[in-house]
Amino acid sequence: MLEYSNTLSQTAQKLKPSGIRKFFDLLSDRKDVISLTVGEPDFVTPWHIRVAAMESLQKGKTYYTSNSGTLELREAISGYMMRRYSLEYAPKDEIIVTVGGSEAIDLAMRACINPGDEVIIPQPAFVCYGPIADLAGARPVFIDTKEENRFKLTADELKAAITPKTKLLVLPYPNNPTGAIMTREDLEAIAEVLRETNIIVLSDEIYCELTYGREHVSIASIEGMRERTIIANGFSKAYAMTGWRMGYTLAPREITKQMLKIHQYAIMCAPTMSQFAAVEAMRNGDEDVIMMRDEYNRRRRYIVGGLRSMGIDCFDPEGAFYVYPNISKFGLSSDEFCERLINEANVAIVPGTAFGDCGEGFARISYAYSVEHIAKALERIEKFIKTL
Amino acid sequence: MTELLRILENDARLSPEALALMLDKETGDIKKIIEDYENNGVILGYRTVIDWDKTNSEYVCAMIELKITPQRDRGYDDVAEKIYNYPEVESLYLMSGGFDLAVFIKGKTMREVAFFVAEKLATIEDVISTSTHFMLRKYKDNNVIFGAVPVDERGNII
Repeated sequence: MLEYSNTLSQTAQKLKPSGIRKFFDLLSDRKDVISLTVGEPDFVTPWHIRVAAMESLQKGKTYYTSNSGTLELREAISGYMMRRYSLEYAPKDEIIVTVGGSEAIDLAMRACINPGDEVIIPQPAFVCYGPIADLAGARPVFIDTKEENRFKLTADELKAAITPKTKLLVLPYPNNPTGAIMTREDLEAIAEVLRETNIIVLSDEIYCELTYGREHVSIASIEGMRERTIIANGFSKAYAMTGWRMGYTLAPREITKQMLKIHQYAIMCAPTMSQFAAVEAMRNGDEDVIMMRDEYNRRRRYIVGGLRSMGIDCFDPEGAFYVYPNISKFGLSSDEFCERLINEANVAIVPGTAFGDCGEGFARISYAYSVEHIAKALERIEKFIKTL
Repeated sequence: MTELLRILENDARLSPEALALMLDKETGDIKKIIEDYENNGVILGYRTVIDWDKTNSEYVCAMIELKITPQRDRGYDDVAEKIYNYPEVESLYLMSGGFDLAVFIKGKTMREVAFFVAEKLATIEDVISTSTHFMLRKYKDNNVIFGAVPVDERGNII
């Protein structure tokens, strides 16, 4: 009998399974549960984008592309960054098309990290940063962002976390799960701290098109930051293209050169038909993005208003498609609250602790659902909290 | 408030309270705006989109192209009025192109529709010709795709 525990990678074995996973297992055989847990758009990819992929298949475009993606797509991405954020990235050697935003995050970490480096990760945040840093041989250093700071990373918190070993700062805004964003002023303050260091920023901007009331600002557009910033972005959230696995990195050519080597050996290239779809999205998808953003915004106001009217405190999220209510006043842990909500009210939301220990007292509710669906869930939540 | 109209066009069942939250307005204001739209004839009614094929009821729908001799001063309006007042007529449009009026009618049987065309439409003065097209299948109506009910297949993933 093979002794797996002595054989398999210690690093892999030490990785903790995602906290959400455990929670989702509770749901797997429950058909009667109204779920507000999903972290992807409820829209189908716009038809003209799907058609572009189908046409590429009809024409037999089923080959590998160049490692960094088709030049056509890199040019379209470059044009998009200029058009939307006045940032210049050379299609030739500063853009890599990746398998989703997740691969972009992995490339950035692996290209920067030496064993023993520290990676600063503000939490609550999407669950992948810590494990990927671990796999790259780094030590994750978490900063707990505060509700009273609107879950932004502050300059003081950052300063306190920096050591001589700090290599990378992850900047996950607009934020999953809180919906927090960083304004230009917020980023200026962070940039001020970073300027005297050699720290590189991994800015995960996958939700950049989903901000409400103000435009997203990339830290790369703050003076002196472009040279030390890797932007991870993708098509999943903005264009409802999660299943296509289309992401990209934007970084100075010196960094891109290292990331590209990892990408070419581990992945070769992103799926070709998805790249054709992505070109269509970049060229003709602006109106789709606006339509979906407007719809998310209406749901956002609806759900925040609904939660507040039943007496649940809820920070006003300005980005992504999640609300992150404070449920601490009910006297239950996040896990207990969410488990009882499933068992007693048939509504599923995700405990804040799935996004870091500092998520205790909070829960993530996705509004990537129809208003009708959200309304039913809110009704049940209201009944449930009256029993507490 | 065209945004309000667009929302209602998609889902007329949303309550004023829900609409107020979605649009960041007061419920009273929303009620007032909707009432004004109703009074001004901007909102003409609230209907349900039904897939009758999924019921037991038998029916046929047809589109009839009519060519008309327009009348001095009144153009097509008089003829149109004579047509749209029939309860069988579900929709009526004045068209550009090869014919003038598009009449959408619904009847119990093909025979009933055929007789309606022959006896009621063709006999109207100024109607020069009719051309009847029976609908075989409805794929999409009022922005709703007919057929299978969509299921949320999104995976719980992390």
